[in-house]
Amino acid sequence: MDPLALAPELLLLLGAVLTLLTGSYLPRQRQWPARLIAALALVGSLAAAVVQAAGDDRMVYAHTYAVDGPTHTARVLVPLAALAVLALSVERTRGDRREAEFSVLVLLGSLGSVLLAGASDLLVLAVAYLLASFPLYALAGWARDARGAEAALKTYLLGALLGITLLLGVTLLYGLAGATDYAGLRDALGGAPRAALAVGVVALLAGLLFKAGAVPGHFWVPDAATGATVPAAAFLTTVPKIGGLIALARVLLAVPDSVVDWRLLVAAVATAGMTLGNLAAFGQRDPLRLLGYSTVGQAGYALMAVAVAGREDALRGLLFYLAAYALTNVGAFAVAAALPTRTTLGAYRGLGRHRPWTTAALAVCLLGLVGTPPTAVFVGKLTVFSATWDGGLAWLVVVAALNTVASLFYYLRWLAPALTPGPPETAPVEDARPWASTTAVGAAAATVALGVAAGPVLAVLPDGLLR
Amino acid sequence: MLSLTVFAPLVAAALLLAARRLPDRVVVWAWVVVAAGEFALTVALWVTYDGEGIGHETDRPWIPGAGAAYHVGVDGLSLPLLALTAVVFLMCAVHTLRREGERDVRRFAALFLALETTCLGLFAALDLILFFLFFDLSIVGMYLVIAGWGHGARAARSALRFFLYTFVGSLALLLGFIGLYAASSPHTFDLVELTADPPLRGEGAGGALVLLAVCVGLAVKTPTFPFHTWLPPAHTDAPAAGSAVLAAVLLKMGTYGFVRIAMPVLPDAWRTYALVVVVVGVVSVLYGALVALAQTGFKRMVAYTSVNHMGYILLALGAAGMLGGGDTGTRTVAVSGAVAQMVSHGLITGALFLLSGVLWDRAGTYAMDAFGGLAGPAPRFAALTALAAFASLGLPGFSGFVAEFQIFAGSLGPAPVPTALALLGILVTAGLFLRALHRVFLGPPGSATAPVHDLRPAETWSVVPLLALSVAVGLAPRWLLDTVEPAARRVVELVSR
Repeated sequence: MDPLALAPELLLLLGAVLTLLTGSYLPRQRQWPARLIAALALVGSLAAAVVQAAGDDRMVYAHTYAVDGPTHTARVLVPLAALAVLALSVERTRGDRREAEFSVLVLLGSLGSVLLAGASDLLVLAVAYLLASFPLYALAGWARDARGAEAALKTYLLGALLGITLLLGVTLLYGLAGATDYAGLRDALGGAPRAALAVGVVALLAGLLFKAGAVPGHFWVPDAATGATVPAAAFLTTVPKIGGLIALARVLLAVPDSVVDWRLLVAAVATAGMTLGNLAAFGQRDPLRLLGYSTVGQAGYALMAVAVAGREDALRGLLFYLAAYALTNVGAFAVAAALPTRTTLGAYRGLGRHRPWTTAALAVCLLGLVGTPPTAVFVGKLTVFSATWDGGLAWLVVVAALNTVASLFYYLRWLAPALTPGPPETAPVEDARPWASTTAVGAAAATVALGVAAGPVLAVLPDGLLR
Repeated sequence: MLSLTVFAPLVAAALLLAARRLPDRVVVWAWVVVAAGEFALTVALWVTYDGEGIGHETDRPWIPGAGAAYHVGVDGLSLPLLALTAVVFLMCAVHTLRREGERDVRRFAALFLALETTCLGLFAALDLILFFLFFDLSIVGMYLVIAGWGHGARAARSALRFFLYTFVGSLALLLGFIGLYAASSPHTFDLVELTADPPLRGEGAGGALVLLAVCVGLAVKTPTFPFHTWLPPAHTDAPAAGSAVLAAVLLKMGTYGFVRIAMPVLPDAWRTYALVVVVVGVVSVLYGALVALAQTGFKRMVAYTSVNHMGYILLALGAAGMLGGGDTGTRTVAVSGAVAQMVSHGLITGALFLLSGVLWDRAGTYAMDAFGGLAGPAPRFAALTALAAFASLGLPGFSGFVAEFQIFAGSLGPAPVPTALALLGILVTAGLFLRALHRVFLGPPGSATAPVHDLRPAETWSVVPLLALSVAVGLAPRWLLDTVEPAARRVVELVSR
């Protein structure tokens, strides 16, 4: 037993409890100490993660939890993204009755996502799934308005349904293998009956695809992106993906692909995800809904790396892609959070003249999401595409390149008005939102920096995992 | 020194953006000084290049995990284009000194300086990812130039069309690059290594598909028929300096990519499909010339002649890949003619676009029918435009003649029929330029003639050096060809192995 092995996770939990308590005792107009505690907990968790990453990789708690490269990456990425969400949420949540609860939910959601990434046992995976999901339902409905209720309900219904299929998959795999830890699964599943194993893998996949916001578990994403408050939407579309996709790679690597060709299955899901997400984003007039569908498409690109998981550079590419995506996506949502009254694409017209910095951040983030060098997503796409081509799925790379072309059109539908001089479609009523706009500029700068400094970062990222 | 040359304009751009209180005149003069310094640096690079292989090389790991490096260097193919880039950007800076300079000059200058970095970087890049980086950023920069400073009601639309077309093309290019990376062993994006040991040799389908992806990406940028439709609106609505850079430098990125990447790295596929390249080139030549003939707007007409001129380059490069007929010497002539044509077209068309800006500045239109008799009130304008037009149609004594003569001489052996067809393009171009000169400068005054006064000094001095260089190449081509020819021979050797 090594209680310190989970220090980063425990700090998140402790932070959540302290934030909740502090928030309950503070007057409504002075809740900032609660937010500060939450931020400190995230920073502490980040620091603990960095310290642990320097140590040896190992399995803890009877081989149920992996403290290895992918977990370290999630432990760094998730708090970073959560910190950015806290920063961009300041103006929206300040003075709200449930201000502290927002921070608590962010901390709990982050905890769930990190646990998902580290789980190396089916039962831990199931628990992490639940822990990662419940805060999200609450977060989606945090504003307690009609749209928020719809977002929460959709997320909840889909999450509950696919959670059940995940449990079904866990049961089936346990029944087939007689073990729940991934090392045991790997050893025992070699001779498992193909049909039963396939059903189990598909059921398991469904739950994790819900977390990743990927097709076919994506129906909640656009509604959550528009219905939830913008900061909550930023969190919902970023943080769960990190945990969900790493968990997916981990669990699939425990299933021998000689028995069930899960690679083809994931490749098909990736194709469907990017195509559907991109096509659906075309017609959107609401920038948030457009971003929602864009995240579905982005999950499709990340899934390409999962499809070739275990082969050279695939895991490294996935982790880098997640980092790049998280930064860029949070940046794009931060722009939307800074301009809350511009709810249509046409309302962004003429933004460049009045808000040059915010516009520059928007341009960097949207072009980044397309995959323009030298932003981080470009390097992410490059490594993922190369690994996929190398892994024998060249056709998937062609599909992804075509989808990138398609995605260009809708990102530009948002960016072009912002860069065009002229009056906006509807006159925005704007107050300065320095926290949100600073977050946007910071995230945009970070995505360029990560892209330029991709060499050392890629060198640090692991290409294998423990079992 | 090469890295300094590439990134100095970017630093200057950042400084200009940071200096909010500078008066506009100071900004433009600062821009002129930086651009002149850049020109001096490229000349120094050229003079100190020893004529063998790759000079001024820097090779540092950048993203080793992804096989990408910061690898830059120059040789006989890139030096003329680097110098051309520096000259054209300097002339754009001088052009902006005129009294009707662009609005928001500080950002305009910063944008052009940043654009200069992307252009120089592209011609110096010896790594596919670095090449792609500059390729994409040049698109973003040019988009901002057209969308932000374009004139005409449709500028934003034209800018968007330009962006979509060329960006989509760049993604095809990236796909091809990834294909090359995946096929090479050990995996690398390094151009020198890929050239030394080309992947995908002899595998029919793989090499062809990768070549297709690379060529589509480059052809959109060049542009050749049928990917040229973004070009006329982009040129028509861009500011004069933007058009000049777009035509003189950005289009060369496509043709340079053929010589630098497609031919040496995919020699087998290039030889197999050389005839396709030749046909696309000839169609571009004829189609560009005929459509230009039908234009009523002066700037749009010049834009279409770019399609025509780029077609000659493709014809020469395709012919250089056709085995049988013509020895290494002939094919070298074709390739060095193609490179000379890139330089020549950059000088001449840059001048033509800067001159056409005069029409818009004074009269707010490009319609040739609205003018007439301009030679009287604006003799210098008329003389320089006539010179540029004659240079563009390939009159001996100008660079265009040297380039096109080499192209035809080199291509005739390997591809006689296409070359003969392409010769017709020269006839049409000659006709259309004479007709345009006639309509704009001679005859009775038109409705828009009245406001046109003669060139200001800044306008004159932005055009004269370009034409002077064109004459210099035309009369004494050796200083250019001595640098180009060894590199061209090397390309021919690489493509015929």
